[in-house]
Amino acid sequence: MTQVPRLRLTHYVLLVACILFLVAAMNGAFAQPFGVSRGPASPEVGGFAGWILAKQAEFYRTLSGLIRAAKADGSAAYTLLGVSFLYGIFHAAGPGHGKAVISSYLVANDETWRRGIVLSFASAMLQAFTAVAVVGIAAALLGATAKTMGNTVRVIEIVSYALIMLIGLRLLWVKGRAFLRLLRDGQHTHHAHDHGHHHDGHAHDHHHHAHGQDHHHGHTHSHHHDDEDDASAWGHAHAPEPQELTGKHWLRRGLAAIVAVGLRPCSGAIIVLVFALAQGLFWTGVASTFVMGLGTAITVAAIATLAVGARGLADRFAKAKPGVGMLLLRGLETAAALVIVLFGAALLTGYIVNERLMGV
Amino acid sequence: MLRIFLVALATLFVAAPAQAHPHVWVTMHTELVYAPDGRITGIRHAWSFDDMFSTFAIQGLDSKEKGKFTREELAPLAKVNVESLKEFDYFTYATADGTKVALTDPTPEYWLDYNDQVLTLNFTLPFKIPVKAKELKIEIYDPTIFVDFSFDKQDPARLVGAPKCKLDVQLPREMTFAEGKKLSEIPADEKNTTMAWGAQFANKLLVRCP
Repeated sequence: MTQVPRLRLTHYVLLVACILFLVAAMNGAFAQPFGVSRGPASPEVGGFAGWILAKQAEFYRTLSGLIRAAKADGSAAYTLLGVSFLYGIFHAAGPGHGKAVISSYLVANDETWRRGIVLSFASAMLQAFTAVAVVGIAAALLGATAKTMGNTVRVIEIVSYALIMLIGLRLLWVKGRAFLRLLRDGQHTHHAHDHGHHHDGHAHDHHHHAHGQDHHHGHTHSHHHDDEDDASAWGHAHAPEPQELTGKHWLRRGLAAIVAVGLRPCSGAIIVLVFALAQGLFWTGVASTFVMGLGTAITVAAIATLAVGARGLADRFAKAKPGVGMLLLRGLETAAALVIVLFGAALLTGYIVNERLMGV
Repeated sequence: MLRIFLVALATLFVAAPAQAHPHVWVTMHTELVYAPDGRITGIRHAWSFDDMFSTFAIQGLDSKEKGKFTREELAPLAKVNVESLKEFDYFTYATADGTKVALTDPTPEYWLDYNDQVLTLNFTLPFKIPVKAKELKIEIYDPTIFVDFSFDKQDPARLVGAPKCKLDVQLPREMTFAEGKKLSEIPADEKNTTMAWGAQFANKLLVRCP
């Protein structure tokens, strides 16, 4: 009797770990030397990460030549835009906290892939906008130095990272409590196995229904504590009403995530913009920045979709194993929330330096 | 259960500090300066930044003649550059006969040049104690690869006043399969500092003296 649940527990922990790792790996495909040292050797990954790094560097380095060319010949601007787009795609495939935070957010909040894509695009566009605003106002209008811009970015950074941590903490509070309650409940099943089982099964069914967006038939079970906990997560009821799904509620909820991730401008974009400005081609630089953002959005959206897919897998697992399933989902959500907190904390304390503008 | 979870988190966090994209490219010319008694006394760097970063760095700086900067005009920027490099050990690491040797902060004679829209930082890192070594290794890299270093192709490095010594310039290369395997055999709890990510991209100078 005790053997079986323990096995299941191991399974679920492994799955949580796998998905956590996936999120981490998507973000830090560059961790090879250490990543490799922790698992079986896989130099192919290193090669792939190296390739992405080399590509994005290659694209970035051609940008200056293309901006110069665009000065002499307007048609070179199209090539510039094309390369900017590719740079955005490859750049986002490299390390960066945006993907990890968005992915974890989607997993914790049980969002759909469509919303993941919207969040990815909105944050990438905001990121491009901030870069243009910083360079446009500080450099173009005020003639500020690189140092001033660096300081401005640092202030934006702190706000952005604090916001990430807040989002994470709030999610952790809500999801973690639900998880702990479920964990406590699980221990009671020794006494009242039938009740516990029924209870868990119920929770699972309920959850499953929440995912069927279009058919909310007969959705009138009496709500138990899980739902109350969920309801307080950014006003996110676990079984949202149909109008809530089609409405703008989730967007309002996601706005914090968009701002948290998108507020900090990309250092590369700022450097490119300043360079374009120096060549007298500021608006070409602006166009290039937004196209870059588009490329970034595509990569982030792809990774976010993967994360949502992983969450879907967990949902299916939960469906197959009712008892432990809910625990898995809650555990996964809690873990994802924890990832956001840890990222926010690490960024804030400078443990992770996302990108720096060296020596200016 | 907790262990797996912690390992997953640890993986995430070990991965974390390596988050970087190079946004600065540096082309180096490095001179190793020797005393008459055959001890190496210092490392003289000339680092040229890529054109985009150079333009970025001089943004908003005043100069008498538009588009041209004198050393004096660039002196405040040079100061900021050198001072902020301290935190990163000037990205320069020296090993004499297998033992790490300490370098000190740069000598006060450092400066920036601006030619053909390229900014070049010149500075000298003295050895704390000048050393005599059969095999001296100088590595230049950014462990977090924010800065991409590479030697100048025509004139990467030189020995100054080191008779009978032989200089080898080693360019960074990909990690080999064997190295990956070796890394995988290091116990997870053992912190591996010698083969950090950035070190894979180290530019190495090897000096062999009799």
